[in-house]
Amino acid sequence: MALSSLGLYSQAIILFAALALFTSFMMLAQGRMMPLIFTFAWQGLLLAVVSVLVAIVSKHPHLYVSAALTFTLKVVVIPWLLYRLSVRLGMHYDAEVIEHPTLLLLGGVALVIFSYYVAKSIVHLSGLATRNTIAVSIAIELLGMLLMSVRKSAVAQVIGFMSMESGIFFAAVVSTYGMPLIVELGVAFDILVASILFGVFFFHLRDSFGSLNVVRFNRLSEATEPAPLPQAAGVSTVKDPS
Amino acid sequence: MSGTNQIPLLLAYAAVACSLLSGAVSMLAVRRHPNFLHFGSFLFLFFSGAASIAAGTWALLAKVSVTDRFALGLPWLDWHVRIDPLSGFFFMLLGTLVVAISLYGPSYTRGFARGEAAQPLPPLGVFSALFIVGMQMLLLADDALVFMIFWEMMSLSGYFLVVYQHQHAANRHAAFLYLLLSHVGALVILLSFGVLAAFGGGLTFDLMRAAKLSPLWATIAFGCAFAGFGIKSGMVPLHVWLPDAHPVAPSHISALMSGAMIKMGIYGMVRVIYDLIGDVRWEWGVVVLVIGTASALLGVLYALMQHDLKRLLAYHSIENIGIILMGLGLSMIFLGTGHVMLGTLGLVAALYHTINHALFKGLLFLGAGAVLYRTHEHDLDRMGGLIHRMPITALLFLVGCVAISALPPFNGFVSEWLTFQTALQAPALENGLLRTMIPIAAAMLALTGALAAACFVKAFGIGFLGQPRSRRVARAREVPSGMLGGMGLLATLCLLLGVFPTTVIQAMAPITQMLVQAALPSAAAQGWLWLTPISPQVASYSAPLVLIAIVAVLVLGYLIFKRGAIAPRRAYAWDCGFGHLTQRMQYTSTAFSQPIRRVFSGVWKVDEQVDTLTTAGPIPRVTSLHYSLHTQDWSWLKCYVPIGHLVLAAANRIVFIQTGNIHTYLKFSFATLLVFLWIVS
Amino acid sequence: MDRQLTAWALAAGQTLLFIAAAPLLAGWLQRVKCGMQNRAAPAVWQPYRNLAKLLGKRMLLAENASWLFRAVPYIVFGAMLLAAAVVPLIAVHLPSAAIADVIVLVGFFALARFFTALAGLDIGTAFGGMGASREMMVSALAEPAMLMAVFTLSMTATTTNLSVATEYILESGLVLRPSFLFALLALAIVAVAETSRIPVDNPATHLELTMLHEAMILEYGGRHLALIEWASQVKLMIYAVLIVDFFFPWGIATDFSVLAVAIGFVAVVAKLMLLAVLLVVWETVLAKMRLFRVPQFLGFAFMLSLLAMLTHVVLETGG
Repeated sequence: MALSSLGLYSQAIILFAALALFTSFMMLAQGRMMPLIFTFAWQGLLLAVVSVLVAIVSKHPHLYVSAALTFTLKVVVIPWLLYRLSVRLGMHYDAEVIEHPTLLLLGGVALVIFSYYVAKSIVHLSGLATRNTIAVSIAIELLGMLLMSVRKSAVAQVIGFMSMESGIFFAAVVSTYGMPLIVELGVAFDILVASILFGVFFFHLRDSFGSLNVVRFNRLSEATEPAPLPQAAGVSTVKDPS
Repeated sequence: MSGTNQIPLLLAYAAVACSLLSGAVSMLAVRRHPNFLHFGSFLFLFFSGAASIAAGTWALLAKVSVTDRFALGLPWLDWHVRIDPLSGFFFMLLGTLVVAISLYGPSYTRGFARGEAAQPLPPLGVFSALFIVGMQMLLLADDALVFMIFWEMMSLSGYFLVVYQHQHAANRHAAFLYLLLSHVGALVILLSFGVLAAFGGGLTFDLMRAAKLSPLWATIAFGCAFAGFGIKSGMVPLHVWLPDAHPVAPSHISALMSGAMIKMGIYGMVRVIYDLIGDVRWEWGVVVLVIGTASALLGVLYALMQHDLKRLLAYHSIENIGIILMGLGLSMIFLGTGHVMLGTLGLVAALYHTINHALFKGLLFLGAGAVLYRTHEHDLDRMGGLIHRMPITALLFLVGCVAISALPPFNGFVSEWLTFQTALQAPALENGLLRTMIPIAAAMLALTGALAAACFVKAFGIGFLGQPRSRRVARAREVPSGMLGGMGLLATLCLLLGVFPTTVIQAMAPITQMLVQAALPSAAAQGWLWLTPISPQVASYSAPLVLIAIVAVLVLGYLIFKRGAIAPRRAYAWDCGFGHLTQRMQYTSTAFSQPIRRVFSGVWKVDEQVDTLTTAGPIPRVTSLHYSLHTQDWSWLKCYVPIGHLVLAAANRIVFIQTGNIHTYLKFSFATLLVFLWIVS
Repeated sequence: MDRQLTAWALAAGQTLLFIAAAPLLAGWLQRVKCGMQNRAAPAVWQPYRNLAKLLGKRMLLAENASWLFRAVPYIVFGAMLLAAAVVPLIAVHLPSAAIADVIVLVGFFALARFFTALAGLDIGTAFGGMGASREMMVSALAEPAMLMAVFTLSMTATTTNLSVATEYILESGLVLRPSFLFALLALAIVAVAETSRIPVDNPATHLELTMLHEAMILEYGGRHLALIEWASQVKLMIYAVLIVDFFFPWGIATDFSVLAVAIGFVAVVAKLMLLAVLLVVWETVLAKMRLFRVPQFLGFAFMLSLLAMLTHVVLETGG
């Protein structure tokens, strides 16, 4: 159905869904710690707003509770926990060098196309007018997984994990008017506990390995040696004997 | 059946006969009377080209298909020939290039007969004639036998032309690679014809057209035809012969090879896929589109790194074949999903780009040949300032550069615009994946166009503008008027095809009518002034008005500003007060493409070496610096070198058979004889 | 017939107004920038005075300047004039909009850039070569983003004709399209790159390390420089009007009555003034990037335009 035939609230849902996808891309390309956490908070806010809009359009009041829960957790508590963690680890000004950012973004685009292809077969099952956003939710989840698998900083990987959960939550909201409240509360508290445990773990990891760069964890394997430093390419200097 | 219907075929026969006469004159007369080269062989080539243009135009405008048969081949296999709008179109293309070369050739080939590196001229004339005969007859072919015979004739005479200056080992290697890949391609094409002949029950194209192929066999025939003709066209990754072979041939032959020979590959694809196989599937279109996009992008990126002018032009041929394939791929996708009008638009865009490329690439190669003729330089980094020494050549080369960079109002822009318009109709498709991939392919086409413009700014700017970088270039003179005539003809056609696109598209209607039973009536529906391929609400372009506006601004500017104004004063160029600038301080072609090289650094294998010599002491001073940069084609290293190693390894395995001992060989023959006698009994 | 004639006359008038008003936009931009940076501003008419001064000056040409060098300013100005004729400024439905669609518009810019780069290489100094080489790299990277953004807009409006597209967007009312939001951001970044503004290029500098566009035209003086400067002012105005037409077209005249044209005129003046203020804020807040950060910046624009296309296909037309 064409966009102009939907009501203003439904159009707003689509708009905010697209902006949430945009924040996923921003997180992929963002190397610095503080803006990464900030962008994650923005994604949580956008998803909370989408829940509120879906609640208004579909008249399911329990979605307001879900929205409040998302807001509390994803916008306030977890970013604050991560911020405090980075400050205590002294990492809050760290910036990670992302190799080949263009390739990464193009890979993200390919993932979006793939999730569109995957979602095509289940889209007709939903009754919501904005059911096209299911593809976006799958894409957010896959982009979170991509974030986890390519980044070297452990905090970025945690954010990728949280972002995956955001994607799942968003998929539930737009396809089935949210999950049963019990399930949602359970998942939310699991996430909270997970983030606290991550904090504890990070201290231990840093003490054992001296850094939170996951490439260093390769030392756990007995088969691999750590990679040598790259040589400077092709520059030679010959001293003239005069 | 009536007399006038036979005319296109008769004209085609006349064209072939004139080419053969041209070859005969070269072989018999040139050694005794070298001037006969001008007034004999090239004159006959001129007539041949003119007859080809006439034959093609007649077949196209009269919308006829004429067939004939000769009892020339094997006793039970006659030769069938046929001229129809599609072959007429390519005949016109070939004829135009032959005419241009016949004007250009006499003066240019004189350069081969002079000096220490003198070459005998008869082989050049003979093999050029055979090359052209090969192309003309394969366009006329109406059965697989004639097609393959003349395809091979074209490839073989091409080999002799590429290896014409055989004193250099690099030329021999290039020619060998060309021959090898041509033969592999011919084998694959033969496989495709084999599939079609098996289902059709015979070798003639009529039987193949009537054959009913299952989807699997149709796909196999498509795959073989696409790969085989693609090798001749130079699509990635089967392109490695092209950048080596085209630069080493004589320049008028390079123009013919790049302008006409690789288009024979496109002709073969259109003929086999659209005409003989018939039922086009959209999945084939996706494959063609993807390979076309890759060829376009990789071709232009490799071209940017070249500083040999003819090698740069050869890589651009790969890029333009990619653009033609993109048009064909889009056409196949739309035809396969049932959108006949949009499929026709894609086909028209591809065919338009085919003729455009023939014209402007021919012009560019002839221009490069003109520079080579006067300065014996083919390296851009040794040229410069030629716009002052060879003004008309520079102007004609500039027309070629503007046309190939797809800038309005020349012809390259029209075909790219049509390709974009076809891609923009992607929302008509139901398949969502195609609707996302086609705009991405269009964006890559835009990137290709912009990079091509960058490359030709480099080629024209470093080669013709600025100050001369070597002695011979500083003393160059303008080329003879015959060469200027050949180039001028192509340049004028570039402009005309750019300014009158509606006429050209209407002329191409019989081709699409024959192939897909549809035409584009809306293209000229608003009159000859407006090109509206789909409808005036969707898109329109008026090339004549654009040309008029630009010319008007130039004329008005002259009238308002130049008349009565004080003449400008000449002075030194701005040098920041540091003193006189030398020609070594200009940008080189490597320097010009360095930013793009850094951005797209993964595309090439780059070896950069900087060696500095410094004085010892507390403050080191650089006394000398050596910089070298080598860029290599990854496909050569990753695809072809491993195949070469594999072949050598396999050969090494079975080399144990070759013992050199005569007794072993006699024992082999004895054993074989015993086995056969035992089997027969 | 009479109506056709009025339409063409109005089109010609709009084009001339476009060309004449471009220096005024540049003057307003300069005034706002000075105000924001706490400097004393010149009058809004200063660009006209500059152009008049340059037109009257005697030209100084380098010794080896060729005929191409002398023809380029006219070609560039001609291309910009054509581009100005095609973009709807005050009214849609004008017949001149059918001469070229948005892809041809991109072609006009490419034509101007091609010849300017050649002029940079003509004299044979290192400045010109550097400017030409950098400019061609930046424009090559900006093309795919621009075309993808334009495609997304054309796919929504089902046309590439600028006048018809503007009318479509005008008639569909207030629709929240995410594809348009991303396309707007992408087009804004491309416009900044193509018109040589901060952070891609500094239009006010003549330092070697920071020049792109200025390096190519360093050798020009007198009336040639006047035409080229005027052409770049027209280019900035074209990009601004393009953004206004595609994304905020309300107020543009759909018929040729005096009232509609007057409203259209006032609307476009207001929108251009506002857009100029936004551009000045952007330029003051950002610093110029080093050259090899620009590909990442333009890659970001390409990603935005890809997102625009994807959200259009996935969210706006699916189902």
